[in-house]
Amino acid sequence: MKGGRFWAWVVFILGAAYFFIPLIATVEFSMRMRRGAYSFDAYQIVLGDARFQATFLYSVVAAIFTIILGVLIVVPAAYWIRLRLPQIRPIVEFITLLPLVIPAIVIVFGYIRMYGSNSPLPFLASDMGTNALLVVGYATLALPYMYRAVDTGLRTIDVRTLTEAAQILGAGWGTIITRVILPNVLIAVLSGAFLTFAIVIGEFTMASLLNRPAFGPYLQNIGANRAYEPAALAIIAFVITWGCMSLIQILSRFAPRSSNRPN
Amino acid sequence: MAEPFLSIQHVRKSFGATTVVQDFNLDVEPGEFVSFLGPSGCGKTTVLRMVAGFEEPSAGKIVVAGKDITRLKPNQRNVGMVFQAYALFPNLTVAQNIAFGLKVAGMPKADADRRVAEMLDIIKLPQMGDRYPYQLSGGQQQRIALARAIAPKPKLLLLDEPLSALDAKVRVSLREEIRSIQKKLGITTIFVTHDQEEALSISDRIAVMYGGKAEQVGTPFEIYNRPATKFVANFVGTLNVLEGTVTDAASGKVQVNTQEVSLKGKLNGSKSGDTLSLALRPEAISLGRQPGRDSSLSGEISEVHFLGSVIRVRVGIGGSTVSLDTFNSPATPPPAVGEKAEISFSSGDMLVLH
Repeated sequence: MKGGRFWAWVVFILGAAYFFIPLIATVEFSMRMRRGAYSFDAYQIVLGDARFQATFLYSVVAAIFTIILGVLIVVPAAYWIRLRLPQIRPIVEFITLLPLVIPAIVIVFGYIRMYGSNSPLPFLASDMGTNALLVVGYATLALPYMYRAVDTGLRTIDVRTLTEAAQILGAGWGTIITRVILPNVLIAVLSGAFLTFAIVIGEFTMASLLNRPAFGPYLQNIGANRAYEPAALAIIAFVITWGCMSLIQILSRFAPRSSNRPN
Repeated sequence: MAEPFLSIQHVRKSFGATTVVQDFNLDVEPGEFVSFLGPSGCGKTTVLRMVAGFEEPSAGKIVVAGKDITRLKPNQRNVGMVFQAYALFPNLTVAQNIAFGLKVAGMPKADADRRVAEMLDIIKLPQMGDRYPYQLSGGQQQRIALARAIAPKPKLLLLDEPLSALDAKVRVSLREEIRSIQKKLGITTIFVTHDQEEALSISDRIAVMYGGKAEQVGTPFEIYNRPATKFVANFVGTLNVLEGTVTDAASGKVQVNTQEVSLKGKLNGSKSGDTLSLALRPEAISLGRQPGRDSSLSGEISEVHFLGSVIRVRVGIGGSTVSLDTFNSPATPPPAVGEKAEISFSSGDMLVLH
């Protein structure tokens, strides 16, 4: 028994070391910009850089639009599949997994070919069109996470009976989705939203190939040309991602509990 | 005769090639409490769901208060419904759940609050308004579901096996409560159940369903004492069935095993030589010859179960077994297995099943 606990600790410490040592090394390196003393100079330079602010803001706005688009597509779709078309669920699950299999570069080359300035739908001919295309691409990349989060949320409630209970009380589809379904899967939707946010903030391929001033290409650019700033940026990106994950954890505590239990 | 409040006319429902409800007809009077009773898969819930609007009939029509509602959506029908799985909205408090239908209907907040308080009083849970559904027991949740269903003053109340998920004790008390609230409000109610005791105890009328059809519609007394079909007789209550052969149709003589009983006036249409199924309720049979009982059969006691106030005795008569209950008497020991016994009954109590 004691031996088991010892090895459990060994495995835990090795795992923690694997995770934390590179992180600590990056933090340590990012603070060595000033010779002979630790400082936050690299962070100050990065945070004070106008391009950092512009690209970060761009990616935040893109993430917000991606989340809105994702929610608008995924929530009604997942709800309808659970309610009326459960037989096509495996097919939809497969489709939502495709972005994990098909590399982003393939999708973006497809976009460039399909929506180039000479095509019938010339999205890439204008900045707004390209931005819209980028948001659509991001929504596709985030689809596996958003769909799974929402579907898991829907699984915890009796979608059909709750829908029928609301219908018989006079509610239309709008009321049912906004006042019954969405509040009950809100935490799941937020989980999907934060995962989407984390993906969009660090995404490089699409933004770079569509030539958008997003945070991902900025990270790559700094990484290729500077010494200490990339480490500082890596830590900042890490903190943002972890912040999102922590928010999911905190919010999940407020999830409404199911009332459908026997006496 | 007054116009029925709810009229289900020649309703049929098919899912693909399978017909689950066929030519279902029922008229329900205002304020009446009608139960749909039947085994799983008999179509009772499908009929209820068609009345609610969740399923569209393949044929036939449904009329409520003179208005054809067959093609109306559920939210346009002004019908209240209580579900087996409670279906309370988990994100809303009890008061918000009850107010849901009122809010959807656009009732001013002050009026809705008053109505919610009134509903909580009716279901005897006045202090529970601020609780969430998960904080309540199953019985309490189902009472809230009932309050939510009746709060918008629906024309019709539909109860879809509302007691099935509850334990036996709560089930009995809640069914009595449902009935008393229904009577108090005078709301026309359809109650779906597979529990015969439930249906017999609280209904004005029962529609016994089998194979997508109403086998018999009648008062609990009629259903129990004068079952129209073999299925109804078997499904409702305990029944002893004996096979008999008509020996003399004119005088009503029927041979059961090697013994003869007289069923004058009950053999309508049967000819001599016909085989019949004869049924007797356990309470219609006495052990030994009793005054006032005109028929008797002899057999051998095969089982005796002492249940306290009642002793259940099974008597083998030829190839059949007849079950009967006698009251326990401290002065008389129960009969023993293997003893010869005579059972007596009134021929009038015997049911001839078709």
